Amino acid sequence: MKRLFSEYGSVLVFLLLCGYYSVVTWSEQHPTNAAAGRSLAQSIIATHGAQSDTLIIVRDTVADRVFAKAISTELARLGGKVRETVFAKAPVDAGRALRRISPDDPLQAVATHHAGTQWGPLKVERLKRLATQLSLSHVPRVHFPESYMWPSFLTWSNILNVFKNNADIAIIAIGMTMVIITAGIDLSVGSLLALSGVISAVMIQRWWGGEDAGLWGVIAGCLIGAGICALGGTLNGIMVTVCHIPAFVVTLAMMMVARGLALIIAVDYQSFLSGGGTKGTPEAVKIDHQAFGAFSNGELFGIPNPILLTLLLYLLAHILMTNTPVGRYIYAVGGNREAARLSGVPVMLVLIFVYTLCGAFAGLSGVMDASRFEGGRPNAGELYELRVIAAVVVGGTSLAGGEGRIFGTLVGAGIIAIIQNGLNMQGVATYEQMVVFGSLILAAAMIDQLKKSTWALRMFELPQRWIKRPGRRETLQ
Amino acid sequence: MNEFASGVSDTDIPLVQMRGITKSFPGVDALRNVSLDLYAGEVLALLGENGAGKSTLIKILGGAHAPDKGSLQIHGNSEVIAGPVDARRLGISVIYQEFNLVTALSVQENLFLGRERTRLGLLRKRQERAQADALFRRIGVVVDPDALCRSLSVAQQQVVEIAKALAVEARVIIMDEPSAALSPREVERLFAVIRELKAQGIGILYVTHRLGEVMEIADRAMVLRDGEHVETRPVSELTRESIIEMMVGRRLSEEFPKKPASIGGPRLVARNLRRGAVVKDVSLEVNRGEILALTGLVGAGRTETARLIFGADRMESGSVNLDGEKLVIRNPRDAINAGICLLTEDRKQQGLVLGMGVIENFGLPNMRSFAPWGWISQLRERRAMDGHIDRLQVKISTRHQQAQTLSGGNQQKVVLAKWLERNAEVIIFDEPTRGIDVGAKYEIYQLLNHLADQGKAILMITSELPEALGMADRILVMREGRINGEIRAVATATQEQIMEMAVE
Repeated sequence: MKRLFSEYGSVLVFLLLCGYYSVVTWSEQHPTNAAAGRSLAQSIIATHGAQSDTLIIVRDTVADRVFAKAISTELARLGGKVRETVFAKAPVDAGRALRRISPDDPLQAVATHHAGTQWGPLKVERLKRLATQLSLSHVPRVHFPESYMWPSFLTWSNILNVFKNNADIAIIAIGMTMVIITAGIDLSVGSLLALSGVISAVMIQRWWGGEDAGLWGVIAGCLIGAGICALGGTLNGIMVTVCHIPAFVVTLAMMMVARGLALIIAVDYQSFLSGGGTKGTPEAVKIDHQAFGAFSNGELFGIPNPILLTLLLYLLAHILMTNTPVGRYIYAVGGNREAARLSGVPVMLVLIFVYTLCGAFAGLSGVMDASRFEGGRPNAGELYELRVIAAVVVGGTSLAGGEGRIFGTLVGAGIIAIIQNGLNMQGVATYEQMVVFGSLILAAAMIDQLKKSTWALRMFELPQRWIKRPGRRETLQ
Repeated sequence: MNEFASGVSDTDIPLVQMRGITKSFPGVDALRNVSLDLYAGEVLALLGENGAGKSTLIKILGGAHAPDKGSLQIHGNSEVIAGPVDARRLGISVIYQEFNLVTALSVQENLFLGRERTRLGLLRKRQERAQADALFRRIGVVVDPDALCRSLSVAQQQVVEIAKALAVEARVIIMDEPSAALSPREVERLFAVIRELKAQGIGILYVTHRLGEVMEIADRAMVLRDGEHVETRPVSELTRESIIEMMVGRRLSEEFPKKPASIGGPRLVARNLRRGAVVKDVSLEVNRGEILALTGLVGAGRTETARLIFGADRMESGSVNLDGEKLVIRNPRDAINAGICLLTEDRKQQGLVLGMGVIENFGLPNMRSFAPWGWISQLRERRAMDGHIDRLQVKISTRHQQAQTLSGGNQQKVVLAKWLERNAEVIIFDEPTRGIDVGAKYEIYQLLNHLADQGKAILMITSELPEALGMADRILVMREGRINGEIRAVATATQEQIMEMAVE
């Protein structure tokens, strides 16, 4: 039982959180997806018969277009008629469309969704008034998909959204887990993310012609952006190993340098856009390339690309940590650096490798960020280092080094993402969320200590420890 | 009558009287029924081999350990020392080999650390300064109270430690090998200080390996052996030879399964190894099929020599050849790839990654054979380990059991297994049997024989003289960073001979 708790405790917490938010967000759902559209069409035919005439009124959004399309396709299949599909930018457009109905050609049904029924022109009394004005034989009936009770949290689209939006945190957390297992830390990831995004964007825009850039140009731009971050990580690693500077200090410096560089490049680009006349401002470097956004915003088999990429990288990292010498060395260096060195582990190379990998993952996340927002944002990734470290710690990796699991970090990142999502849904402000996350990190660290189950023992031992000479190992000699 | 304190003491009541002190650690009886008397104004030398229990005894006096049994009287009053605070209250100060100074602070700040003189929360520096000057006058040595401790020489730091002891009005000062890091001139100065303290009625317990110093400064000598009190006698009745005999005492028993070895030509040849003050020009060679014991006192530079050969520390100069080929060893990885391995003395800190499983530790130096293409073959690793586990009779519950949960003997066997799998040509054992019970010791000795039979070159560092005499084909004795002597005829050699070479 104790082992179960310590090994899968975070999974349990994850599931409990999911359950909690499912209960809390239990509310009326108003579906507007394709399936809802189809069943709506079927109920229209069932009410009015096959020859019925339907006016579809939806908003002018991507999701509503899908919804409307499903209604009209299904109606056509069942032999019904679609008079018109209105993509209303405002309720007024709906009113206008209704006024086009003539007494000679009466309308049986209006198909819309729950949001549509709230519009003025579609209210029952307004429709009745309209029918009198236009002297229609009968009032058209408004159909909309039935509402049902379901947790807002537990919808496919919400879950996908949560994970998609936190994919960058999760990916960087892979590198951070390895760094922390070697008993190090990397504070520079957030800044490296921004640097990578800005460099990639500028590369694509200036060197490979923006809109006209070919696929290879875009890829090259991204590789250079991510590659420079990997080099930044390498530099971190060299400073930590060769120069023996504490990782905290090295990566703190890198964090400031990288953020500064990202801003400098962005400002310089704006100045270039304005012909060099003005100084420029630290705005995002907009990418005009058409297909670039597809990297982060596209999906495969109905699952957003960032999620697929995250899962793939986690799988690879897990294999690296469990089945290759590199993984074994990473644990050994963190567990006992001297013993590892005396066993022939190339300690320096291992450390440089993990920092490089961490930088490379930050770079990759930067490219993803640039793709998602279709521009390199010099202010992206602020305070990401802390969120990433939180994910790693919550995932059960010990900051003392030597212990930790890659998939633990994935669960940790999931916990952080879900809590944030839940807090957003409950309307908790960002600044209030910071208090929650701070407490969460503390709780995770405490659980980590409890897991070692010597807490009570240590509290008991404390007085003795104060009496003993500090810093002296007990030997028999 | 107290005839030993040469009339300095004005009372027959000893300053410190310990009776029947017994202390055991898991698996080891460190002290058995030890008694000690220390009088005011005398220097009592505490002698014994490595592991005889000297350190345990002074740690009990200093409050670092509590005895399991035994009584203690200070000035005739029964007392209990439960911690360093009690020791200080009773006027006992211990000056350990590693000093207890905050090197970033000045001498004066160190002297009053934890007992700062203040008024209204502000330091009374002038008063402290006056006291510090008075202390150094009392010792008869001038040290600048404003100097930072890290800028002082070892000898000066020692004086600061002594001053610290006097500052808390110590009546008993325990010195643990105070001369180990001092030059002869500095030792003379230290002796002058000690004589000064003696004259002021302070009792001094002087722990040392250097018999010459005992004859010069001590009034009485107390010898421990294997945790037992052998004898306490006035130095005037003793000779160097009699002290060594008291220290070594026992005769060799049949605990060593030594087999006659067929020794070939030289395999490992190290020439003129040097590193700082610990290894000053060491040359040695180990032959095919030979077990070479490297012995000497703690701090003589044995482990440091091994670390140079293994690349764990960078050598300042010197060369290492294996089978006639010159090796370039910049780090342990180079040494391991060349066919040299080192089983460190400190298994917990250097031999194993305690948080990892047994099999993960086992595989660590053998990744090249288990994962030739970057993919660990768990099957190959498991099979290899199971073979060693069977042969060495390691007791583990699962292959992934954390190394820290194993007993000392089993830990040592896991370390052995991982290096045996490596199949090195030169194997350096640093105290291979320390902290291991008798049965496991025997198995390790047999393994040494077996490896020698295979034609490997074995360098065994040991502090246990019976072990060196019982298992080695040749013995080198180190003293103060140099090879001080060689014993080729091991069969007829005695422990006295080795001790002779190990001390001055």
